[in-house]
Amino acid sequence: MTSTGEPRQYRASAGSRLLAQRFGFAVLALMALATVVPIVLVVAHIVLQGAPAISWEFLSGVPREGMRQGGILPAIVGTFYLTLGTAVFSVPLGVAAAIYLAEYARETAWTRLIRVAIINLAGIPSVVYGLFGLGLFVLFLRFGTSILAASLTLSIMTLPVIISASEEALRAVPQAFRTVSVSLGGTRWQTIRRIVLPQAVPGILTGVILGLERAAGETAPILFTGAAFFLPRLPNSPLDATMALPYHLFVISTQVPEMPLRIQYGTALVLIAFVLGMNLIATVIRSRARARRQW
Amino acid sequence: MDKIVVENLTLQYEDGTESLRGVTMSIPANAITVLFGPAGGGKSSLLRCFNRLNDLADVKAVSGRILLDGVNVLDPGVDVVALRRKIGMVFSRPVVLPFSIRANLTYGLELMGERNPRRLDEAVEHSLRLAALWDEVHDRLDDPAIALSGGQQQRLCLARSLALQPEVVLLDEPTSGLDPISTGKVEAALQQLKKDYTIVLVPHSIQQAGRMADFAVFFLQGELVESGLGKDLFTHPRDKRTEDYVTGRFG
Repeated sequence: MTSTGEPRQYRASAGSRLLAQRFGFAVLALMALATVVPIVLVVAHIVLQGAPAISWEFLSGVPREGMRQGGILPAIVGTFYLTLGTAVFSVPLGVAAAIYLAEYARETAWTRLIRVAIINLAGIPSVVYGLFGLGLFVLFLRFGTSILAASLTLSIMTLPVIISASEEALRAVPQAFRTVSVSLGGTRWQTIRRIVLPQAVPGILTGVILGLERAAGETAPILFTGAAFFLPRLPNSPLDATMALPYHLFVISTQVPEMPLRIQYGTALVLIAFVLGMNLIATVIRSRARARRQW
Repeated sequence: MDKIVVENLTLQYEDGTESLRGVTMSIPANAITVLFGPAGGGKSSLLRCFNRLNDLADVKAVSGRILLDGVNVLDPGVDVVALRRKIGMVFSRPVVLPFSIRANLTYGLELMGERNPRRLDEAVEHSLRLAALWDEVHDRLDDPAIALSGGQQQRLCLARSLALQPEVVLLDEPTSGLDPISTGKVEAALQQLKKDYTIVLVPHSIQQAGRMADFAVFFLQGELVESGLGKDLFTHPRDKRTEDYVTGRFG
């Protein structure tokens, strides 16, 4: 081949590569669209169908006439309590575990075992958590079917998310900050408390909210541990059972004959607003922290 | 008077990288001692032994003694927190903490429990003046430190270690990322500081070593080759290897 022939051949292949690139971009864009479309459709459908059901009475009343009338306040409050209860148990434990793994533990067989356990914990089907919670918290520890037992069950399910997200957030804080702090006479704990943890808080908070959001939407783990089929009053103690949005939605969609569709969609809308609202908060925290970050 | 005496120091890391073999030397007070030589010679490792920062690294074995005012700092019973307050350190890349300029300077003091605002303010001004940074930042102490230029950040790091009123200041290639003007400012500050402090400097170039060294120590692959007065070592090196390095035949 002569040296003068090469550039022309190069140009020709450049043209076909450009075509291949355009084709690749189109495929990727289509795939990205494919992930967005279902979410938009589901949310739009639920909003359209559910919006007419939303009224002050629906949000602040108790269910009446076998749940075919009235409101869903006990389920809203119940889901709020369960989410709060889950946070109370899982956040301190999860963040502490993450601090241990990221800041103190050396890479040993022991920490590898912990990590494997965390990964496996994340892979367990949620109904298994429900049965585990029934055995341990409801029966063995005699908490009964209660907010307490359900929150603890949800906490165990949420822990892996919180631990993984927190550990990642802690590890993202530059190592140089730790070295500098120690060189200035800081102890390991002072360094964590004054620098590492404050810098990791936005990341930790994001992980926490995403974990709690999943807990708020779960049905199976609370099915045997705390959720009531029909309990038209607000719970007065952590040892009370409670209605909860996801379980209530399941009940009125499958267990109650002649249930008005309007109320089913209304309940779904409230649940989705609850969960997406938390998601939105997490997004705001994350983007704000990113804008303010000094490293 | 010798501030630090190193006796037969040997150090090995877990991963087998850079180490020190049988290093014996002394570092006089109120002078600049320059540790120089090609990369991987053990200079940084030695610095990090002085303030026990190597405790954070995976050290396989360490033997020998490092005496600071006659006390062996490698002794397991030594209070490392107190030791690190006595020995300040500046790193090769300026690492400002994600706080304001003022909070960077008061950080070490606050760790010690100092809460008195007047004393903290005094320490801020004093340390900034020592690091020749006061005039440039005195009217914006509450700005984020990250907003400073690289050279200013490195002088802030120097000031931050000085705020603890250390006796020794270790500098590990403190000007490696700085422009010549900033480098000049840091060097001038160090020349002022040596009246009151023991300064150990790992320079980022042989030229800087020559400019700054009252005393100089040449390291090659973990061994101390030669040490002496700076002006002797750079003009009449006794060891062939030192001469080759100083004259630029390798390195």
